[in-house]
Amino acid sequence: MLSNSRFFIRTVLFILVSAVTWIALTASAAIEIPQSRKSSADANRADGLAAWEKIYSVLISPRCINCHTATNYPQQGEDRHRHQFNVVRGPDGRGVPGLTCAACHQGASSKAAGGANCAECHQEADLDPTGVPGGHGWHLAPLSMAWQDRNDKPLSSAQVCRAVTDRTRNMNMSGPELLKHHEEEELVLYAWRPGRRADGTPRSLPPLTHAQFVEATRRWVEAGTPCPPQR
Amino acid sequence: MATYELNVNGQSKKVDVDPSTPLLWVLREELKLTGTKYGCGISACGACTVHVDGNAIRSCIVPIALVGNRKITTIEAMAQDPVGRVVQNAWVEKDVVQCGYCQSGQIMSAVALLKATPKPTDQNIEESMGGNLCRCATYVRIREAIKSASQQL
Repeated sequence: MLSNSRFFIRTVLFILVSAVTWIALTASAAIEIPQSRKSSADANRADGLAAWEKIYSVLISPRCINCHTATNYPQQGEDRHRHQFNVVRGPDGRGVPGLTCAACHQGASSKAAGGANCAECHQEADLDPTGVPGGHGWHLAPLSMAWQDRNDKPLSSAQVCRAVTDRTRNMNMSGPELLKHHEEEELVLYAWRPGRRADGTPRSLPPLTHAQFVEATRRWVEAGTPCPPQR
Repeated sequence: MATYELNVNGQSKKVDVDPSTPLLWVLREELKLTGTKYGCGISACGACTVHVDGNAIRSCIVPIALVGNRKITTIEAMAQDPVGRVVQNAWVEKDVVQCGYCQSGQIMSAVALLKATPKPTDQNIEESMGGNLCRCATYVRIREAIKSASQQL
């Protein structure tokens, strides 16, 4: 009687173990990513990373990084020197009372011009002799979006990528929202129409055209905003 | 040329000027409000500072076409402004002025500061007044006058 029940228990255990093993093997085979899909994902990521490097080349150009400082002041010029006149960041990145960014950097929007659309274009040309660039809502990027260190040295590609994609730091922008930001934000667009310096020479442009920049951002976003590994 | 209806020191003023004319020259040449001074013409010295909707701006680089219907306030209206009057009195009390050329701009920036920050620290004063240059170097007296005015606000 006792040996019969032992045999029964052993048989049941054997069947159970076999069944669990079979299920596990079947399931593992079912979720295994096909090689073709794996290589496609790798290619997509590689394309996204290549696109990111193009974006990074723009972000660290003076037209962008001069206002993405880690310090209490913006920068000016191709050599990214400290902004003259002791201009400071202020509590919200728009300067301080008596010396706000808008004290000099006037908006060129038709709204500010009271609907006088011709003034938008004329303003660009007419302010050129002063060397003071204009743009609506001129301000510094928040410190959370600093793309340089406290010694004014640009952060690495991986560090900037993490800053740009970290939603706790980037004003909670998703990938598509980052694309829209690059496509439409007026101060981003300013980088491609920066006007002339007081001596009449044109300011440098970012290394990509705006269309190329947007296209690179689109590819990067479609690839899931991949970032290079931290070194 | 275009016609603009401006709100200057609480009064409506009509001017017929080129849209690119800087606000400074509309104030000085068209409206004869010559208290606002021309210094550098590139917003580097602060002598031309006026208020537009309460914010201090450099009138030498603002085309009139961008002003719209915003309220313009110049040094001529400071005697009727509660903060402006206190600041002007403090300027006299501390004998701030030497040649005086930059002082209308200095006062406009100081009033903007005190309206936003009635009890400014030394750092607040340095940061807010940093864009107003004074070749006579009256900076120490300017700071004293701002502190004196702040005690009366």
